[in-house]
Amino acid sequence: MVMPVDVTAPGPMVPEPFVVMRRRRDTADTWTLELEPCSSDPLSFAPGQFTMLSAGGAGEVPISISGDPDDPARLVHTVRSVGLATQAICEAAPGRKLAVRGPFGEPWPVAEVEGADVVIAAGGIGLAPLRPAILWLLARRERFGRLVLLYGARTPDQILCADELASWSERGLEVHLTVDSAGPEWLGHVGVVTRLVRRARLTAGSTVAITCGPEVMMRFIVAALADCGVRSDRIYASMERNMQCGIGHCGHCQLGPSLVCRDGPVYRWSELEPWLAIPQL
Amino acid sequence: MQTLDQLIAESPVFARLAPAQLQLIAGCARNERIEAGHYLLREGQPADRFFLIRNGAVALEVQAPGRGAIVIETLHPGDVVGWSWLFHPYRWQLDGRAREPSALVAFDGACLRGKCDADHELGYQLMTRFAANLVQRLQATRLQLLDVYGHAG
Repeated sequence: MVMPVDVTAPGPMVPEPFVVMRRRRDTADTWTLELEPCSSDPLSFAPGQFTMLSAGGAGEVPISISGDPDDPARLVHTVRSVGLATQAICEAAPGRKLAVRGPFGEPWPVAEVEGADVVIAAGGIGLAPLRPAILWLLARRERFGRLVLLYGARTPDQILCADELASWSERGLEVHLTVDSAGPEWLGHVGVVTRLVRRARLTAGSTVAITCGPEVMMRFIVAALADCGVRSDRIYASMERNMQCGIGHCGHCQLGPSLVCRDGPVYRWSELEPWLAIPQL
Repeated sequence: MQTLDQLIAESPVFARLAPAQLQLIAGCARNERIEAGHYLLREGQPADRFFLIRNGAVALEVQAPGRGAIVIETLHPGDVVGWSWLFHPYRWQLDGRAREPSALVAFDGACLRGKCDADHELGYQLMTRFAANLVQRLQATRLQLLDVYGHAG
């Protein structure tokens, strides 16, 4: 039997126009944009999902959603300007239209780990994809054990969400922040983010970790968590590969037998381990 | 109030040492306090002591011409400050400055080296633990050198 197909409905490859409502500079090269749909409904999403974002003519890139999943009226993206496409997005002033497809991808398993201590390990701009998970967890604070943020940035002026860390702490998130290097005027921690793992004094059996950042950093974080007894099947990481279609059709983002845009970007580390052991995969 | 050997035993670097070994180490130790901004160690100076941080924080710094003090790492309660006391020529390679009023256990390096010479089991235990500490710091430094946040991806 042939199923009827609504040929008027836009498919996942058709972008929706969104208008930039607000743009804020976070660091020298990173901007946060708040978008509203021009004609469609607000984009509901789960923490950890991403959209394919384009400023028209400059190419389309996968960008994690950094907003509050309980308040999807505005689609929030935190974008680092590292190439033509991201530069064009970062330069989009309020009123400018951007093209959005999605949301795509498997989310952080935050709803599945009720009762656990949740460690959120972020490096650099990796805090942006974790922000929706933090907000989701804090909105349901009573359902979890300890909530611990381990966040490493390159320098003090590259710390993301600096204006939110104190309020997150007041709401029950243990915030451990460090930078790789700093001048003497910085009174916080200096050192790599992996050094924070031991200081957090985790209880291995009850801890689930979610991590996002440069892949090298995540490998070191996983090793540090393993030293504390946290098993790799209790660690989830958000992976980055060359995602282009967002729906598992083009194959550019293949990682082992998996397509990151469809099966990820969030993976259980124990699934990733064998693939990451293969050079250049 | 805790005795020195109890304080020392709580540090990861001295954990699981035999009570007799802890007493030997405590015999070379004493409690000290340092005000914020004061130096525990200065680059090039004799490294005749090392420290266990009880509370407070210590910054390891390098003075760079035209850039002033660059903080390499901050150390916190439970961390050991200094291993140059253990290796010839016993001179500090960095500056160490208290970032806040800090309580420390200060160890006499020459005293402890003498006890390690006389008791090789103690020496082996200490060397193993300091080597593990060195490996952790070396791995952290390697990650720092990679400057992973400085590049896309």
